[in-house]
Amino acid sequence: MTATTVAIRHRLAERGVDRQMLLLVPATVFVVALFVYPFAYGIAVSLQPAEGGLLAAYQAFFADAYQRDTIGTTLAIALPAALLNVVASVPIAYRMRGRFRGKRLLTTILVVPITLGTVLTAEGLLNFLGPAGWFNRFLVTTGLTDAPVRLTNNYWGVFFSLVITGFPFAFLLVLSYLSGIDPSLERAAATLGAGWRQRFFRITLPLLAPGLATTFCLTFVLAFSVFPSAILVGDPSGSTRVISIAAYEAAYVRYDYAGASAAAIIMGAVELVVIAIVLGLRGLLYTGSTAGGKG
Amino acid sequence: MTRFERLRLDGVTRQFAGVDALSELSLEIQRGEFIALLGPSGCGKSTALNCLAGLLPLTAGSIWRDDVRLDTLPPERRGFGMVFQNYALFPHMSVQKNVSFGLQMHGVTRAETRRRTTDAIRLVHLEEHATKLPGQLSGGQQQRVAIARAVVIEPSLVLMDEPLSNLDAKLRLEMRTEIRRLHQSLGLTTVYVTHDQEEALSLSDRLVVLRDGRVQQIGTPEEVHTRPANRHVADFMGYRNLLPGRASSGASLLLEPSGVRVKGTPVGSVNDGDPVVAAIRPEDIRLDGDREATVDVVEYQGREFTVEARTDDGLMLHLRTGTRLSVGDKVRVGFPPDRLLLFPAEAS
Repeated sequence: MTATTVAIRHRLAERGVDRQMLLLVPATVFVVALFVYPFAYGIAVSLQPAEGGLLAAYQAFFADAYQRDTIGTTLAIALPAALLNVVASVPIAYRMRGRFRGKRLLTTILVVPITLGTVLTAEGLLNFLGPAGWFNRFLVTTGLTDAPVRLTNNYWGVFFSLVITGFPFAFLLVLSYLSGIDPSLERAAATLGAGWRQRFFRITLPLLAPGLATTFCLTFVLAFSVFPSAILVGDPSGSTRVISIAAYEAAYVRYDYAGASAAAIIMGAVELVVIAIVLGLRGLLYTGSTAGGKG
Repeated sequence: MTRFERLRLDGVTRQFAGVDALSELSLEIQRGEFIALLGPSGCGKSTALNCLAGLLPLTAGSIWRDDVRLDTLPPERRGFGMVFQNYALFPHMSVQKNVSFGLQMHGVTRAETRRRTTDAIRLVHLEEHATKLPGQLSGGQQQRVAIARAVVIEPSLVLMDEPLSNLDAKLRLEMRTEIRRLHQSLGLTTVYVTHDQEEALSLSDRLVVLRDGRVQQIGTPEEVHTRPANRHVADFMGYRNLLPGRASSGASLLLEPSGVRVKGTPVGSVNDGDPVVAAIRPEDIRLDGDREATVDVVEYQGREFTVEARTDDGLMLHLRTGTRLSVGDKVRVGFPPDRLLLFPAEAS
């Protein structure tokens, strides 16, 4: 080996380039084959409509109010559902951050809905919240309402379904973010005279906020791609005609692959915009260590 | 500052899962005192501090500030300042905000808060770092922020939980002096937890030595240093030579296994024939005695040498000397009777 190759090798190693980088190859191949390629393929398909110019499929999507409005409809379901999941997780996770008897059981109960498929959840919702479900029977029998309250086959059905399936994700993430915050910080705040409210809002919440932003992004993406529950417990031709339904109809009802791909790409773009806004706001927060010092 | 004359701990007990972590700690602290809680890890000293701070509820006993019962109050209403072992600085707040936090929580006016925060930061020499986040500071600087944050609220009592254990040796010495200086100049009352006997001796007015959750001895540093109450305290206070034996005719004992008779000073009740432990510091063993020993190990310690030597009858001794010795050298050791303490040997 000559002196120059050794020198080059050292210079590369200083920049973190060495033979261990080969370990990244399988993961890179995997991501390229399963994500980058289909994504690029989808873009390519969306740019080759059967008739019209390069962007005809996109023009068609935005020109047609029936298609265009699915963006708003989906956001109107996904944003509040994601927000509720995050906001509801915080107090529960906060209460559960310490160690106590039965914590594992309680966590399991809270997380079980993850294992239920959307279809099972939808069936349960129909049985429970439907016009002849237990909930409405209870309301009518006790005289709280005269007629059953409509909670399925509309916006609320999909909303509940997204909360049931999305909450466990949000809860688990928030719990792990919370347990990463040094408990001695709150104790220190207490010795300095802070009551629980001040401890939570001045110490815990600011340290937790970046994690909440990340959690919101993940649950939002899950909710935004809602498809089965929008059909099963929603109103798929009206108030819950979400963007994935528009893409599905384009592809398998009208056989307009360019239109379907365009809808899918638009869906991705909207998600990216929301995530970019949330992460942009997150960047304004303190995102460093959540430990109280050395030790 | 909440003015008080004395703080009284009355039979303070804390159990974990039915086992006493701290049992029946009774102690009266006068205003202005520096008390050190000393003991090996697991002795209950941190438990005692957390009970005092209100971070752990008591299993039994009570805590009083003059005539006010404190142990039923939550930590935020006790008015104590605490310095945590890992400092527990708020990582998202600047030094300034960390220090002013307590003042804001106590409803101090804005102008007053600003003035006292600036004063406290000046007190610990961190003026140039006031706007930095804790993560941008060194360990020693973080330590000083923690102290400033605890004392700025002018607490009636400052609790310190091994505050120097994360610092390197040189910084530890500097901060030790700093803590004592602050204690005196601010007129604080301090309870300081440590496992380092040197730290406890040099800082405190009174020492509380704990072992297995029980108080072993309470006294001035000098009392604890020269007259340890039992063999465990002696062991912890640097009596490295603990020689087993049996008491015989008053103040003398027969060393085991050799049966050699030496004179000592009994501590506590020692009856003839009782098993005893004779304790003596390495620096108290004379080297002009009448018993021969062979040098096994020599450690250089700067001005002195720490030597491990073995007598002909198999007794292993730690000693100190200013003369250079080599392995295999013969020395003649002797035990001054007033420095050789005889403790009753316990079953443990």
